[in-house]
Amino acid sequence: MSLLATTIGAARAEGRAALIAYLPVGYPDVDASIAAMVGAVETGADVIEVGVPYSDPGMDGPVIQQAVDPAVRAGVGMRDVLRAVEAVAAAGAVPVVMSYWNPVERYGVQRFATDLAAAGGAGAITPDLIPEEAGEWLAAAEAADLDRVFLVAPSSTDARLRSTTAACRGFVYAASTMGTTGTRAAVSDTAEALVTRTRAVAPDLSVCVGLGVSNAEQAAEVASFADGVIVGSAYVRQLLDGAGPAGVRALSAQLAEGVRGGMPA
Amino acid sequence: MTTSAVSPPMDRLEPARPSWPDATGHFGVFGGRFVPEALIAALDELTEAYRAMRVDPAFLEEFARLQRDYTGRPSPITEVPRFAEHAGGARVLLKREDLNHTGSHKINNVLGQALLTKRIGKQRVIAETGAGQHGVATATAAALMGLSCTVYMGEEDTRRQALNVARMRLLGAEVIPVTTGSRTLKDAINEAFRDWVTNVETTNYVFGTVAGPHPFPEMVRDFQRVIGDEARAQVLEREGRLPDAVLACVGGGSNAIGVFTAFVPDEGVRLVGLEAGGDGVDTGRHAATITGGTPGVLHGARSYLLQDENGQTIESHSISAGLDYPGVGPEHSHLHDIGRAEYRAVTDAEAMEAFALLCRTEGIIPAIESAHALAGAMELGRELAGRVEDRQALLLVNLSGRGDKDVETASRWFGLGEHGAPTDEDDRAVEAGRGADPGPGLDTDQQPTEGAVSNDQAVAGQDAGGTA
Repeated sequence: MSLLATTIGAARAEGRAALIAYLPVGYPDVDASIAAMVGAVETGADVIEVGVPYSDPGMDGPVIQQAVDPAVRAGVGMRDVLRAVEAVAAAGAVPVVMSYWNPVERYGVQRFATDLAAAGGAGAITPDLIPEEAGEWLAAAEAADLDRVFLVAPSSTDARLRSTTAACRGFVYAASTMGTTGTRAAVSDTAEALVTRTRAVAPDLSVCVGLGVSNAEQAAEVASFADGVIVGSAYVRQLLDGAGPAGVRALSAQLAEGVRGGMPA
Repeated sequence: MTTSAVSPPMDRLEPARPSWPDATGHFGVFGGRFVPEALIAALDELTEAYRAMRVDPAFLEEFARLQRDYTGRPSPITEVPRFAEHAGGARVLLKREDLNHTGSHKINNVLGQALLTKRIGKQRVIAETGAGQHGVATATAAALMGLSCTVYMGEEDTRRQALNVARMRLLGAEVIPVTTGSRTLKDAINEAFRDWVTNVETTNYVFGTVAGPHPFPEMVRDFQRVIGDEARAQVLEREGRLPDAVLACVGGGSNAIGVFTAFVPDEGVRLVGLEAGGDGVDTGRHAATITGGTPGVLHGARSYLLQDENGQTIESHSISAGLDYPGVGPEHSHLHDIGRAEYRAVTDAEAMEAFALLCRTEGIIPAIESAHALAGAMELGRELAGRVEDRQALLLVNLSGRGDKDVETASRWFGLGEHGAPTDEDDRAVEAGRGADPGPGLDTDQQPTEGAVSNDQAVAGQDAGGTA
């Protein structure tokens, strides 16, 4: 049973999009990052992307790089990630690990799947793993009943949208724009077109949109055409600016209104 | 200078292609594509365009013309007997990629990729660079073909290789110092990929080595294999036989793949890649990826890499900016695993000894990168006691680049010239070697050029001859 599909489906049943929050484990330290994740859950995030720090985050812009760099240097590893997964699950949201591929491969793909399932994780989002290279992960995830989320992009051909969504379980991550993570002034209008194209080839799969969503207004806009709204850099920015868990909570509360189509007061 | 009958142009890209990679870019278990989905369309476009281009007679003719008239190919083979006296009695031949236009083998690949860029209708190229040689080559090709060019270079490397930064800017390229991570080649590649994913509509990434996602390892190999294709024919012509071993330095590994490829089917020829051993592989401060690393995924491909227990890339260390990279091309990992090539580490000190030796015995200032291959030849020659079976060993070394860019680093290492104390962290190794004995290559008769250095600064060279 897909935890992610169930949760996103429940949000849809409420007539809204799911709110998916990304926070990296280990910034400013492991405990504080877990506190921030729990804070996001308590103020309305349905799903937490538990970020695995990585030394070479090629898809991330400066905000996330700035946060993960100290976590990498502090030696934050998969054990810490699994602890965060447990905490998010205990707080009542669905944890999904977000990891570049090498940390998973280094930990051991089978071992990762087994330990992630045991910790209550829904599965993993793998930004630099395409289904063609994911044979071992797909088999391990299937065996452990885990979701696997791959990405589609505005540049994806229809054939690739079809093959990539066919390999997904839980949802498919639609990258709203060509580029790296980071807050942007406006959500690219390529996002809606991509969601439409993706739905056309995979009508039964939830489509969640990430890259560049940072405030309630943008969340409301994306929620009008997508099943889930993914927010990363804006959360991380709260921590970088020293706003701490309180800042995360405030942002989450606004975004939670946004995905319900509302604007913050 | 040997101007041997090298393969005709039609054969140059198409003869005896290795059976790897497969259609999706795998060299055994290595290679592949580990990149964001957003780049897949561009990689597919490149793959398709490249496959069409490499059998297009018009391209082959244009590429051959540029190599001949612009780069100056074929590069000669030079025998270096005075240097070889320190290689156990083996004979040593150098393949002179240092004599190419722009001063290294990098131009071979860049001309091919620049032609490909025009073919797919893009107006802008980006590149990463470590020592600056690939950046200079890319800036050169961009100037030649009227493309706009941006080069990402680690901030540390912009300091170590200031000459090449100036060259790139003179050629009209924008050089962006990268301040993330270790501020070296690894981080320059990350930034170049970020640029590419953002600007892929207008921009082609001219990748500098045989690493990265498919099709780069295959394509760059094909553009670089001219080195070995020429060298094999040249050695056959002048010696009537193949060399006993072919040696090349390995960072990402493009010059090594370039010289190895023609010899891969020749099982009697040892292929030896020399990695940057830095302070020594056992110190942890090195860039010897195959010797001291483990398989994993970095920069778009599965290959050996330097990583910690969490799968984080470990920062590499080498006196040579061009080898200071914690990854290596997937074909090298495959050649290692199947036992076709062997990989050894050469320390900074060993490389600098060989560097000085070639300068003093042959009048050739090599790139410090290439000096690693020279040190490997000295070591291998001595191991063989100069002989293979009943005849004098014949070693072919790819001299991948010239050392102009390294003059300052070498001067500091040997305590020559007037330089302030090194302050950068990456100059630590240089500082440790300050005033070091440049090694046994220094001729007893050798005198410093009058006025070039003051007497008290030129001690190393004069005192070092006793061990020669």
